[in-house]
Amino acid sequence: MNRLPSGVFNTSYQQDAQLFRTPVQRISLAAFLVALIAFPFVGNAYVVSLAIIVGIYVIGAVGLNILTGFAGQISIGHGAFVGVGAYVSAILVAEAGVPFLIAMPLAGLVTACVGLGFGLPSLRVKGLYLAIATLSAQVILNYIMNNWSSVTKGTSGLPVDSPEILGFVFNNDFSYYFLVLAVAILALLFARNLQRTRIGRAMTAIRDNDLAAELIGINLFRYKLTAFFISSFYAGIAGSLWAHYVTLITPEHFTIVESINYLAAIIIGGIGSVLGAVLGAVFMVLLPEVLRLLSDSLSGIFPNVGLFFSAMKDVIFGLIIILFLIYEPRGLNHRWQMIKAYWKLWPFSY
Amino acid sequence: MDFFIQLSVAGLVIGSVYAMIALGFVLIYKSSSVINFAQGELLLIGAFLCLWLTVDMGIPFLMSFAITLVLALGLGFAIERLFLRPMIGEPILSVIMLTIGLSIMLRGISIIIWGTDTRTFPEVFSSEPVKIGSINIPEVYLWSLLLSMIFLVAFSLFFKKTRLGIAMRATADDQTAALSMGISVKRIFALSWAIAAIVASVGGILLGNINGINISLTQFGLKVFPVVILGGLDSIPGAIVAGLMIGLLESYSGGYLDPLIGSGIKEVMPFVILMIVLMIKPYGLFGQERIERV
Repeated sequence: MNRLPSGVFNTSYQQDAQLFRTPVQRISLAAFLVALIAFPFVGNAYVVSLAIIVGIYVIGAVGLNILTGFAGQISIGHGAFVGVGAYVSAILVAEAGVPFLIAMPLAGLVTACVGLGFGLPSLRVKGLYLAIATLSAQVILNYIMNNWSSVTKGTSGLPVDSPEILGFVFNNDFSYYFLVLAVAILALLFARNLQRTRIGRAMTAIRDNDLAAELIGINLFRYKLTAFFISSFYAGIAGSLWAHYVTLITPEHFTIVESINYLAAIIIGGIGSVLGAVLGAVFMVLLPEVLRLLSDSLSGIFPNVGLFFSAMKDVIFGLIIILFLIYEPRGLNHRWQMIKAYWKLWPFSY
Repeated sequence: MDFFIQLSVAGLVIGSVYAMIALGFVLIYKSSSVINFAQGELLLIGAFLCLWLTVDMGIPFLMSFAITLVLALGLGFAIERLFLRPMIGEPILSVIMLTIGLSIMLRGISIIIWGTDTRTFPEVFSSEPVKIGSINIPEVYLWSLLLSMIFLVAFSLFFKKTRLGIAMRATADDQTAALSMGISVKRIFALSWAIAAIVASVGGILLGNINGINISLTQFGLKVFPVVILGGLDSIPGAIVAGLMIGLLESYSGGYLDPLIGSGIKEVMPFVILMIVLMIKPYGLFGQERIERV
């Protein structure tokens, strides 16, 4: 898993536990961080807004990866849970006057509890039942968002204020970028560390063989619930950030399409790795954007075929998911590790 | 009372279509433990194929119905061979995701070919309602009910009596044992996809005759989940009984609850039932309880 470069040896537990072990790793990480911080100063508004959406997707996808990748439970309701977080956060800030800094984690908590309510019955049974229960959560929650109009304003949409932290209002892309960046980094660090704790290892054991895990004393029910709780919490945070970014939320944002996008993100990125979720989220946000630009420029040449190209976009999207599953089942993350290993071992690649 | 009977008839008709879609779903799940999210798209494509043959090609309805079934058979085989075969042995999550990808792709393809407008069949059945006692029942309802019953009975007999049907059940029961008895498991997988495509097409054609066809037919693919959970994920009789039950439930909640709570309640009612079933009887009415041995 963690392949160290030749000549680097861990001689103490402290060294062994370090996330970023070698100077090269640390320098490249620092360089990457600097690049991320410099990004909005260089990029134009369109690119920065894309980056914000990528960041929000990263948080959601990492959350789903904790449930699906670490613990091996499938959720087809992640999009609806993101929606719950969005609505709760929006209502807390607007109606109850809760400051954003408290409303965001609170939205995460509420979402996690809603998630538990739906996940609880299915966790008693092994197998694919959680997938189906989350599907029904998706349908039921979306119905509530649509029809409980006294609270959610239904399809006409709920206006949301820009978040304010200690008097500073994040009301443009430039400042919001840093907010999302900070939250995303925290989320990633937590997930990466979770993987190495007792909880994370227990989840991995459940994923790989639940019977064996139970035999060595892992409480299946408890750890599956923990995974589901943390995953829904992430979804709630992502929803909160999304709501305060777009400032008008409607139930259409949180349909099953969204859930599928998240699932596709972690599969394309690489199941069970934090980096994979990041790569997958980037891929999933940029792919429709690229396809859209492509279809826009093409429909400029051939008018009246807009519908054709938008449908073509679906076909390509579906096809890409299928091709990934057949030809790159371990995702972008695996490919990235292969590339790294290639350079590390070059020119003696055997 | 008349209202109740009217609702019951409508519920049974929709329910029998559900039963058919669920039958295909359960078949695939039983034989290859794949959860098929593309069932709704198979239904849509079947319905559009039949419509295209009848309207654009001018083939008589019964002929085009038969041709559609043959085409659906081919489609099922093709899907299995092209997309599912390479996935044998892959983790179950990937296979589920593959069927989701498949459903997105198939939906896109059918929009490209047939557009998003609602299209209707030419009048195949007479629009004169049949009077039974004091209530009027559209003729197409009766035909749908009859046709779906015929198909359900035919498939039940197929599984009970024919060599192939028994081979399919054997595969579903234990793949390794079936393999050692000389059954080609790959062929059975292909066949289960073909049958799923066929029954979905029949369901689609019936629905198309009732309400017309547009892209929203695909949502019937999701309705299959409450049905199969209620009936038991691996039970063919369960799928049929639960299909009818969910159809009735939807119809009653549409008739009685919609005015009270607001529109659309009948769309979520099956999913509420799904959650309740998971809570009290997770293996469904007829599902086999799985006992794991080390």
